[in-house]
Amino acid sequence: MTSERILITGNEAAGKAAILAGCRFYFGYPITPQNELTAYMAAHMPEAGGTFIQAESELAAINMCFGASATGQRTMTSSGSPGISLKQEGISYCACAQLPVVVVNVMRGGPGLGNIEPSQGDYFQATRGGGHGDYRTIVLAPASVEEFAAFVMEAFDLADLYRTPVLVLADGQLGQMMEPARFTPPPPRELPEKDWALTGAANGREKRIIRSLFLKTGALTEHVRKLQEKYAVIREREPRCEERNCEDAEVVLVAYGTSARICMDAMRQSRDARLGLIRPLTLWPFPEKTVRKWAERGKKFLVVEMSAGQMVEDVRLAVEGRAPVAFVGRPAGGAPATSEILETAAALAKG
Amino acid sequence: MARTYRRPKTLLPVSTHYCAGCGHGIVHRLLAEIIEERGIRDRTVALAPVGCAVIAYDYIDVDFSEAAHGRTPAVATGIKRALPDHVVFCYQGDGDLAAIGTAEMIHAANRGENFTIVFVNNAVYGMTSGQMAPTTPVNMVTATTPRGRNPANEGCPIRVCELLSSLERTVFLARGCVTSPKNIRQVKKYLLKALDVQEKRLGFSLVEILSPCPTYWRMMPTDAMAHIDNEMTKTFPLGVVKDISAEVGT
Repeated sequence: MTSERILITGNEAAGKAAILAGCRFYFGYPITPQNELTAYMAAHMPEAGGTFIQAESELAAINMCFGASATGQRTMTSSGSPGISLKQEGISYCACAQLPVVVVNVMRGGPGLGNIEPSQGDYFQATRGGGHGDYRTIVLAPASVEEFAAFVMEAFDLADLYRTPVLVLADGQLGQMMEPARFTPPPPRELPEKDWALTGAANGREKRIIRSLFLKTGALTEHVRKLQEKYAVIREREPRCEERNCEDAEVVLVAYGTSARICMDAMRQSRDARLGLIRPLTLWPFPEKTVRKWAERGKKFLVVEMSAGQMVEDVRLAVEGRAPVAFVGRPAGGAPATSEILETAAALAKG
Repeated sequence: MARTYRRPKTLLPVSTHYCAGCGHGIVHRLLAEIIEERGIRDRTVALAPVGCAVIAYDYIDVDFSEAAHGRTPAVATGIKRALPDHVVFCYQGDGDLAAIGTAEMIHAANRGENFTIVFVNNAVYGMTSGQMAPTTPVNMVTATTPRGRNPANEGCPIRVCELLSSLERTVFLARGCVTSPKNIRQVKKYLLKALDVQEKRLGFSLVEILSPCPTYWRMMPTDAMAHIDNEMTKTFPLGVVKDISAEVGT
């Protein structure tokens, strides 16, 4: 059931969405630009009968999620870029132990302590696993407050369906800005029973073990192969993107999140080139088939990111040399100017 | 003749991977005994640390979760908050608890989390082959203190119970050892007391157990036991360090 429209920040919308999705265990640690999310949970989780803990660190927060998830509960943590780096240890363990957990990253400028401006510099980290070992996490990339909320709700279903961590990759702008938003639950999915959760070995059932250690020779290889089989299913079923005006376009822009909104402005303003847009909604799995489809139809691509160029590598991998791929980006805070996108697109269309 | 000694059902009838003379087997047995005696197997969740005891779940027949190195109290916090009526034990060694997991230990204790840490202190990292631990006594030779632990360079051993005792929501902190039947029975009493504290939801409890590592102490098992009694207890005195269960329980 869709809620009424309310004016709300992205960070608070993410918190509200998590509670609507049945998350009752949230563990956070302060970091800008996601503090409103943690504060929202502190205020509202007790009302929902849930647990809020301000952890002693991001390491502790993600491991509290590990524990709550191990009992079968829906759980979430959130942070901004440097804090997400700290969570990578826990995300790797969750991936290996196949624990569903939702992690929100409200990205800011990096590397290092960086700054607190909106950025998209964590794409590599998010889409390549991020921590140690052979694993991936599903990554959802919202471009509005309403979509931020919708993706958080859906992230819980995806996490439970595939028994895997799911990242919602927003940026400081999406987190901080207010927009009108409705909260619409995702279409119901049939979710597997959590017959692995720790509940105490009662009624004669065998004990359960949540583990990520496989010492016996070959056991880890076998386990990681199973993970890869799961990832193959996700790659097949879950890539999603929005396509706008690609048919008529000379140049197809590729952008996600806040960058995609800037690209929509550029499309409206463009006089010298007909522009289309592919907006990935899932960054992993990357919608490579859609990108390849338009490459095969002779489109040229311009990737726009608030980074020094990260998703552009996935576009090039998808295009496989069939089409030129240009890049406009601004790393470590702020966004590329519309004028720069228009100039580069016009040159690309001519060239 | 009455049979007075048998294997608790919760202790699986398998050989362990522990070295000869190691104390982990004794502590495992004590845990299995109290789980069985209190009839709590069906609502116990235990946590296995990174360290020699990581596969404790192969020996103790209850639901188990591993935890990343040192994060055990954070994972236990998530579990216990989700299962407040269950009994949660963190089984942790000295490196896991008092080096890499210091923050998680202190803050779980400070929040008064209602679980029990079973802290096996053998003063070295066993699994990684005998490096200095935060609890390694001064002058002890380890793989990473080849000239002996020097306070000027490595600091002095951390006394975990004493360190935690200043936190208001730590309720029961005690230190025992496994060097004799009498001492082992005393450890069991401490574990039962900690379990009571947890069951009554009074707050945080920790039982530290001085335990031998003959392999990396480079000693015969019998000498390692004597070393605990004669030397280690000088650094880590035995006894109840803090017990405010009577005050907070009323």
